Amino acid sequence: MTQNSAHNPKTRIVGTPQIRKEGVDKVLGRSKYVDDLEREGMWYGATVRSTIPRGKIREIHFDPGIDWSEFVIVTAADVPGTNHIQMISADQPCLVADTVNHCDEAIVLLAHPDKRRLPAAVAAVRIDYDPLPAVLSIEESETQQEIIWGGDNIFKQFHLEKGNVDEVWAIAAHIVEGEYRTGAQEHLYIENNGMIAEYSEADGVTVRGSLQCPFYVHKSLMAVFALPAEKVRVLQTETGGAFGGKEDYPSVLASHAGLLARKAGRPIKMVYDRMEDLAATTKRHPSRTRHRTAVDKDGKLLAMEIEIATDGGAYATLSSTVLSRATLHASGPYVCDNIRITSRAWATNTVPSGAFRGFGAPQSIFAIERHMEQIARAVGIDSTEIRRRNFLQTGDSTATEQIIHEPLILDALLDRALKESDYVARRSEFARENLHSPIKRGLGIASFYHGCGFTGSGERYLNSLAGIDVTPEGKARVLVSSTEFGQGTNTILTQIAAEALGLSYDEVEMAPCDTSLIPNSGPTVASRTSMVVGHLIERAGHQLITTLQEQAGLAAGYNREEFFAACELYREQYGKVESLCRYEAPPNVFWDDQKYRGEAYPTFGWAVYIAEVAVDITTYSAEVTNFCAVQEVGRVLNPTLAAGQIEGGVAQGVGYALYEKVLLKNGHMLNNQMTNYIMPTAADVPPIRVYFEEIPFAYGGFGAKGIGELPHDGPAPAILNAIQDATGENFTAIPLLPEDIFLRMIDCTPHEEPTVV
Amino acid sequence: MRGDPENLELIAASSLPDVLAQMAAAPGSWTPIAGGTELMVAHAAGRLNAQKFISLWGLAELDFIRVQDDSISIGGGVTFGHIRSHAAIASDFPLLARAASWIGSIANQNRATLAGNIVNGSPAADAPPALLVYDAEIELISQRGSRRIPYADFHLGYKQSVLEPDELVLALHLPRRFSKHSQYLRKVGTRKAMAITKVALAGTAIVENGTIHEIRLAAASVADRPVRMIATEEALQGRWLTAATRNAARAVLLNEVRPIDDIRSTAEYRKHVAANLLDEFLAELNNRGSSG
Amino acid sequence: MSACRTQIHLTVNGQQTAVEAPPMKRLLDVLREDLGLTGTKEGCGEGECGSCSVRMNGELVNSCLVPILQASDARIETVEGLAIDAELHPLQKAFLECGGAQCGICTPGMLIAATHLLAHNPNPSMDEIREGLAGNLCRCTGFIKIFESVIAAAAMRGLETRAR
Repeated sequence: MTQNSAHNPKTRIVGTPQIRKEGVDKVLGRSKYVDDLEREGMWYGATVRSTIPRGKIREIHFDPGIDWSEFVIVTAADVPGTNHIQMISADQPCLVADTVNHCDEAIVLLAHPDKRRLPAAVAAVRIDYDPLPAVLSIEESETQQEIIWGGDNIFKQFHLEKGNVDEVWAIAAHIVEGEYRTGAQEHLYIENNGMIAEYSEADGVTVRGSLQCPFYVHKSLMAVFALPAEKVRVLQTETGGAFGGKEDYPSVLASHAGLLARKAGRPIKMVYDRMEDLAATTKRHPSRTRHRTAVDKDGKLLAMEIEIATDGGAYATLSSTVLSRATLHASGPYVCDNIRITSRAWATNTVPSGAFRGFGAPQSIFAIERHMEQIARAVGIDSTEIRRRNFLQTGDSTATEQIIHEPLILDALLDRALKESDYVARRSEFARENLHSPIKRGLGIASFYHGCGFTGSGERYLNSLAGIDVTPEGKARVLVSSTEFGQGTNTILTQIAAEALGLSYDEVEMAPCDTSLIPNSGPTVASRTSMVVGHLIERAGHQLITTLQEQAGLAAGYNREEFFAACELYREQYGKVESLCRYEAPPNVFWDDQKYRGEAYPTFGWAVYIAEVAVDITTYSAEVTNFCAVQEVGRVLNPTLAAGQIEGGVAQGVGYALYEKVLLKNGHMLNNQMTNYIMPTAADVPPIRVYFEEIPFAYGGFGAKGIGELPHDGPAPAILNAIQDATGENFTAIPLLPEDIFLRMIDCTPHEEPTVV
Repeated sequence: MRGDPENLELIAASSLPDVLAQMAAAPGSWTPIAGGTELMVAHAAGRLNAQKFISLWGLAELDFIRVQDDSISIGGGVTFGHIRSHAAIASDFPLLARAASWIGSIANQNRATLAGNIVNGSPAADAPPALLVYDAEIELISQRGSRRIPYADFHLGYKQSVLEPDELVLALHLPRRFSKHSQYLRKVGTRKAMAITKVALAGTAIVENGTIHEIRLAAASVADRPVRMIATEEALQGRWLTAATRNAARAVLLNEVRPIDDIRSTAEYRKHVAANLLDEFLAELNNRGSSG
Repeated sequence: MSACRTQIHLTVNGQQTAVEAPPMKRLLDVLREDLGLTGTKEGCGEGECGSCSVRMNGELVNSCLVPILQASDARIETVEGLAIDAELHPLQKAFLECGGAQCGICTPGMLIAATHLLAHNPNPSMDEIREGLAGNLCRCTGFIKIFESVIAAAAMRGLETRAR
């Protein structure tokens, strides 16, 4: 029986700022990331990539100036299993066989004992192509004049229908339309992608590397190498940031390193440099969202018609699930009885898009929150009022007709955000100052939710298994495939285990992240770790105590010595001390994939963010000068780590809104250097104030919901709402650069005197 | 890392004459490398054309700041970290000290040198606009001797200069006669730190009885090299500081600048922001003038 | 045609050492490969991210931009030299307590930059902290808890000084 701890908030360890489990090694510089590691006899690998966005390979030339006998060369012909990366579809080739579908696609792999020799060798492989017409944007793909994927260029589409949208337009007081665009975004983890692979007939393939999802890599390697599960082993090395950028891409890199290792008969290390990582790995899906909304004279939403298009790049990868989340977050935290959402993920001949913190939600939340501002203006009410009049309350139904049963405190979150940001007074002050100052200031609000865990039946499908064991040496260990990459997985899961077992935090550690040792608790994505996996660990802990009480005489009110003694007694009888729990869906969570209706998520994180900006009319630059983030994410397991997640997500959101632009030419990233892909520095981030409300979720680890992605959903619309407040201009696309603000604010035709507005 | 250090030569010499002798023996063969903040980036990107390098790092004869009565001389080997923290430079040439503080990051300022910034020849370089409005002279040295020319005559085109293959930049000499001048420098970058300049404007001038004198204007990223805005200066020199003058000067500047579209910004943005910066400078002149 | 390897003497974290390396080999690579000090990281190779930050003769530099010949006879400090025996440096303690490290890859460079900042300015203002760390990119924290860590460490040091 699961113990429902959600009603008992008194905990010793959960909820306290325990020191990061692997923190000491990190501050000592002792943590080993993949490029810090070596294997005996290791060689190095590099990749020859396509230089055109689409075409057939006619011939591959190896320049005779290089002594190729020193190198190991791998092409698609060397793939022993299926030449495809296993994600949702298996359309992405491991190595191009004959048709290139994006620039920087991997074609040939090279290995050499001296890594310094590889760049010249890569440059010495020349490929002749017969180019094919390339599709480089959503709009081009939508014309379907050139079909580049499937029968219609569409990776996935959804259609969601609630109530009767068509009957409402005639009775609306206002109909407001808008189109909103978001650009690609690069994860820019400070540690580039890297893998070390080994292959032998006896052991199969073993990879160590920077990754989020060891069992995703495991599954893909099984297929590429035609090996059974026990002959594939994946280990995570200390990972220097991921944000979704190491969710699916590591399967590609692990396959490459593995293929070289197999042919070379020795370990192979492949670590990308920044230029390659920027150019060749996944980015956030660009999006275009169109809104048409009917409201009554008081601004109440009567009907919403929303059309979403995302750019999935050349292969399906995760486009269907990103689209799903975009669709399910598109109508905002608002009540509306009539909703129609049509969404499509389009194929283009660009580097495949992938997972990135928020996973479709930042895109569609940008649109709805910008659109709410335009609705407010059309109706003649302010930004707070339009939201208050439409906020979901407990008992209301969402776009998928999910009834929200949990307490909903959006009004209270808004109240707190307004108070903490001194919204009313500052807006008044800015309105006065803006009249005379070249710096225009403003404030903007975003209210939003983020569904926790996999959508719909996803968690049932994952069927996660996780638990705890106790070693003969007296260590309690958490057994999960959930990975640490900065968010605090190691810390919160050991906190939960220690709490559940009655041990101290220091007595619990993580079992090594090695697929040969750990159960599959699912990927570390989708804001599911503290909620789903945390709950499994909590249950496993209670289950172990119950078992020891029933089978090894553990008394109530035991101390730690008694606990370990009982473990040893149990071990004598049964061989090992291990408690595993399998995922159980919370009650009353039903999802209909066909009708796209029902409980899309078991719970949601809720938030109201307020951004303060200053727009300098001399340089047309906007900066965020203050930021207030208020959210309800269930039980806060570790206040330091939780605040750190919000602050980091907000900073990325600031970059998404104002700084980070991916410049493509013919589908190749031109600005693939840190000098030219601009993320905010320590001098650019605003002060970020973080506030939590806690309403424990019964089916999360000690009441926790998910938290990792929520903070990236709100900043961009809050910032552009603030810019509209400051300047009166309605900017509908991000990233919003000074050059874009300039074009709007100046009226300039050739041979005419320019005027500055 | 795409460069192969095994294929490269780097030598150092213990004195400047030894370095100059090496360069004279095979002019153009040895590429000088000081702090490496440009060349080592090219090395890592696999884009180094040169193969033989001669190190200038630590040469005492290039690393000096001499304060004379009428000028300050800054050795070509002085890092921007030292330039920004030097009291006399900060007081007499605040625009240069400010520009130094905007170069890269503190770590980059501790390695990037004045000569390197100039010789690299980027139109976006941070030091040149300040040097230009301070009427700097540049002293070049080779085994053949040394020569001083106005820094304004140093750059000839995109990454081209009067520097001979056997020459180094010995020093920049700045005349100490700007203490009464109004001074302006603003850099517009992609972010607040570690930003390459999209456009920058430097200005020095004296306003006497409502008229503009000794106006100097220089800009980054509006041409193929760092430039003085001569035509715009002429539209201001000796004129009353009025709205009409300001508008006229603005129009001249918009025609004088020739920025381009590139990976960081657009020509139109650079043009108009340069004009706005001029407006801002002139507004400051006006405010200072009226307050006496 | 390959260049001569040359012998370079340098002092790293107080220990005199010598390496034989091509003179254009990066100080970063000498530290990581020749000396096995993998605490200093490569994030970009362009001097933008600061994860390769070390102190050379007391000055903060990006070691990816220093050819090893120019580090001849230099005194180098890396993250490995911050803790003395088992005692963490105040900044390391502060980063642990305040959450200044998340994924940890920027942490070595960030600690070195912060050490440099506090050495020159024991009681920095927030603006001075921002400027001092502007050359070190962190993608995880949004910098906020890094600022808090530096402030906490500065306070710790103040206490230590006053305690003497």
